[in-house]
Amino acid sequence: MSGVLVSTTINGDAVEFACPQNETLLNSLRDRVGLTGVKEGCGTGDCGACSITLDGRLVCSCLVLSAEANGREIGTVEGIAQGDKLHPLQEKFIEHAALQCGICTPGFLVAAKSLLERNPNPSEEEIRYGLAGNLCRCTGYDKIVRAVQAAAKEMRKK
Amino acid sequence: MLRVSLSGSLRSAAGGAENIDIEAQSIRELLNRLVDRYPLMRKHLDEGIAVSIDGEIYRDNWAKIIPEGAEVFLLPRIQGG
Amino acid sequence: MAHDTSYTDQKFNVVGTRVKRPDGVDKVTGRARYGADASAPGQLVGLILRSPHAHARIKKIDTARAEKLKGVKAVVTSADMPDLNVGNRDLFAVLENCMARDRALYDGHAVAAVAAVDMNTAKQALKLIKVSYEKLPHVTDVDEAMKPDAPIIQDWVFTVGVEPTPKKPSNVSMRSEFGHGDVEAGFAQADVVIEKSYKTEQTHQGYIEPHACLASLGPDGQGELWVTTQGHFVFRNTCAALLGLEVSRLKVTSSEIGGGFGGKTHVWMEPVALVLSRKANRPVKVVMSRDEVFRASGPTCSTSIDVKIGATRDGKITAASAELRYQDGPYPAIWGMLGAMTSYACYDLKNVKTVGYDVLVNRPKVAAYRAPSAPMAAFAVESTVDLVAAELGMDPVDFRILNAAKEGTRASYGPTYGPIGIGPTLEAVKNHPHMRAKLKKNQGRGMACGFWFNFGGQTCTDLNVGIDGSVTLTVGTIDVGGSRAALGLIAAEELGIPYDMVKTNVADTASLGHNDMTEGSRGTFSSGMAAIFAARETIEVLRQRAAVMLDVPVEAIEWKEGQAVATGLEHSNLAPLTLKEIAAKSPTTGGPIAGHNEVVADNAGVSFASHICDVEVDPETGATRVIRYTVVQDAGKAIHPDYVEGQFQGGAAQGIGWALNEEYIYGKDGCLQNAGFLDYRIPVCSDLPFIDTQILEIPNPNHPYGVRGVGETSIVPPLAAIGNAVSNAVGVRLNHVPMSPPRILKALEEAANS
Repeated sequence: MSGVLVSTTINGDAVEFACPQNETLLNSLRDRVGLTGVKEGCGTGDCGACSITLDGRLVCSCLVLSAEANGREIGTVEGIAQGDKLHPLQEKFIEHAALQCGICTPGFLVAAKSLLERNPNPSEEEIRYGLAGNLCRCTGYDKIVRAVQAAAKEMRKK
Repeated sequence: MLRVSLSGSLRSAAGGAENIDIEAQSIRELLNRLVDRYPLMRKHLDEGIAVSIDGEIYRDNWAKIIPEGAEVFLLPRIQGG
Repeated sequence: MAHDTSYTDQKFNVVGTRVKRPDGVDKVTGRARYGADASAPGQLVGLILRSPHAHARIKKIDTARAEKLKGVKAVVTSADMPDLNVGNRDLFAVLENCMARDRALYDGHAVAAVAAVDMNTAKQALKLIKVSYEKLPHVTDVDEAMKPDAPIIQDWVFTVGVEPTPKKPSNVSMRSEFGHGDVEAGFAQADVVIEKSYKTEQTHQGYIEPHACLASLGPDGQGELWVTTQGHFVFRNTCAALLGLEVSRLKVTSSEIGGGFGGKTHVWMEPVALVLSRKANRPVKVVMSRDEVFRASGPTCSTSIDVKIGATRDGKITAASAELRYQDGPYPAIWGMLGAMTSYACYDLKNVKTVGYDVLVNRPKVAAYRAPSAPMAAFAVESTVDLVAAELGMDPVDFRILNAAKEGTRASYGPTYGPIGIGPTLEAVKNHPHMRAKLKKNQGRGMACGFWFNFGGQTCTDLNVGIDGSVTLTVGTIDVGGSRAALGLIAAEELGIPYDMVKTNVADTASLGHNDMTEGSRGTFSSGMAAIFAARETIEVLRQRAAVMLDVPVEAIEWKEGQAVATGLEHSNLAPLTLKEIAAKSPTTGGPIAGHNEVVADNAGVSFASHICDVEVDPETGATRVIRYTVVQDAGKAIHPDYVEGQFQGGAAQGIGWALNEEYIYGKDGCLQNAGFLDYRIPVCSDLPFIDTQILEIPNPNHPYGVRGVGETSIVPPLAAIGNAVSNAVGVRLNHVPMSPPRILKALEEAANS
């Protein structure tokens, strides 16, 4: 199969890679760019573990072909912290024990960040529906919702 | 002399007996004598067995000394998630 | 050195606090490496070809065209994985489940594998393998499989546990009977007897991380395996036995694990990855797809259970019995037996009899799933307990309190209980504000109890003091949900130092002695015990070094709050030495300072929980929503309360999914129809309320801190608690899990028609 050359911006940096035409952005990010923080839980857009932003919009990277990312901006979990300073969501996830195994955590952080950018003061219900595209099997979501509430509160102070 | 209670599929290996009396100081001795008396038990021991002594379940510690007059149960070995 | 494991009501400084986990930053920044996140130079992509049939004879596998495809480096079938343990049926079952031989035993059974330079080539190669199947009759339902005319799945299986041993092979691999007293006499004394039958469907553990490994095995018999697992030492031993390797030559490193819940206690494709690597002489990475995870790894049993309970007018249960039929997939297992053992463990019964049947069917090999077998038995028993209480006109909590097991009760599975928590959890439920909250139209409340054994097992732990006085705790039990934080707290507690001075690591199999898997709720219990003892041995070394530094006899040195203190008037002029100071001088006082412990941590302490649940059922659609949920469970001692609560909440959420939605759906062809998260729907954030928790601490007498396992029991009560709540909401008893909208509507319709 012939390949395609993809030029993108990932977490603010210009990145170029070549891949087969049928390769998903998830696989390119993991196997070619080395961003293994983007996780595969299902490959069918049902679990949200591969959540990224594409031109600011939250998507499942397993449902995007790499070729479609050409010329666009990608955000992944690796780009959430600013240098050595964790994002409030990252801080609160640790503080509130909002992760057990942690495999879903990157996807939740990307989704929660996107949610809070759109709605800085979400209700519990808005958080629950805003994160309904991300599966977590360990926590029952209790501490995740609390961490997002705490992070939102912290971010509103600033 | 210990009174040892059997449960589950272990009973059929001992000819259907619910309780058996056996002379043993430790779990290891108990299991050895059990196999001497009931060769069919060998299969169960190989597959794994647990011994409950006064309500405490031992799966691996065969050196455990069994107190005189203790309540002893042989259970099939269990697995967890 | 042997250490006393008895509980000693020690006062704690850091144990019980909510500190940050050591792997937190790695996990929120995407740096943590899971099964699929490792790579090796020259690695190949491994893929597995799976049977599309529920039961079929494999007449021929033609791999010639696949082998010739450019970029294919190895093709493997059962011919490459011969049985090296002839006569050992257990190991053979593991081997055959990894790679089918003359028959495919379920839809998804592995029949061949390839390793190729990239994914596209590997996929193309799979298509070029030609397998000639001859379809055989199949059976997937547990009750059907027990019928005399059912297709026999294994001709070497003769029912164990019946006298005399049968002459004909059977799908019933084992009959297990437990109990005591005389149930017939007990039922004769009863004023009320309720008999009811129940069914529960098969569910999957549903870990978000699929099975994944990176295998590297050379022609010299040396190899490495990077793998997501609940027990890398056990995986090493199993792979070595299956492939004829020396245990010491196979180094297994556990990745971070993305959930297991029992499903990662078994090897699935790891031995195949090693064989592919050996044949290609290159590293091979195998990552299962979600479809493969559902079809070929993990699930728990589907069941069919009959329960009979009798009680007197004043609310005392006089007799209880149950027949429990569990399907194990195509290989003999003990899941029905565990159902029979756990079913009545919450109650103090004079007359009790349970009979468990383990049954073979053409479904994937069943693996442990969090308190395996107990949730289904609890669904049947706890639903019936509610029915009996209703018939007697008694409050269901009061009825349970009246019949609850206590210290001295002979458990239904045999032994006599020590101090246990069922009574206290029930009292806590009775007094919980949740029980007094008002319900609205179409809402119902239910509660139920649950039991799990918990166990310990082989454990080996190292504690090393660095030159700066910081401490490395090295354990061999996988951290599935924060145990590194809990174990760090324990080491800090014993040494009398701040938690931040301890870093806990999980070692690979070449760096530490054998450790059993993280299963049976043993992680923090057993490694915690080993960490206590390793720390106490370290303190002995620290005392000796301090004695050298202070020129006093070691007997005069006491370890107090992280310092060596010389006791006695004659030493009162000597300043105490801190751990830091002793560590700094260690090169000249005898070298590295370390403690070590190997222990068989038996007696993990049985655990009980009681749950309360409120649901709202939409009578038009049959859809059920959990609107409030409370978990009360005995933890013995909560080392890190956040992660104990997390276990309570996570188990409850899995139970809610099982109760309301999750099920394996098989077609008439015996093939799984919903092998994906779209059609096998686990609870999402918007499906659930906050899950309230109440931790009770009834010390386990056999652990220095009183710790009991906490991981599993929380999944036991939810099926029944929700079943009781739904039944109370709609006024009709539900007896089939999951209580999905179509089943609830059908039950309502049947009730309206009758």
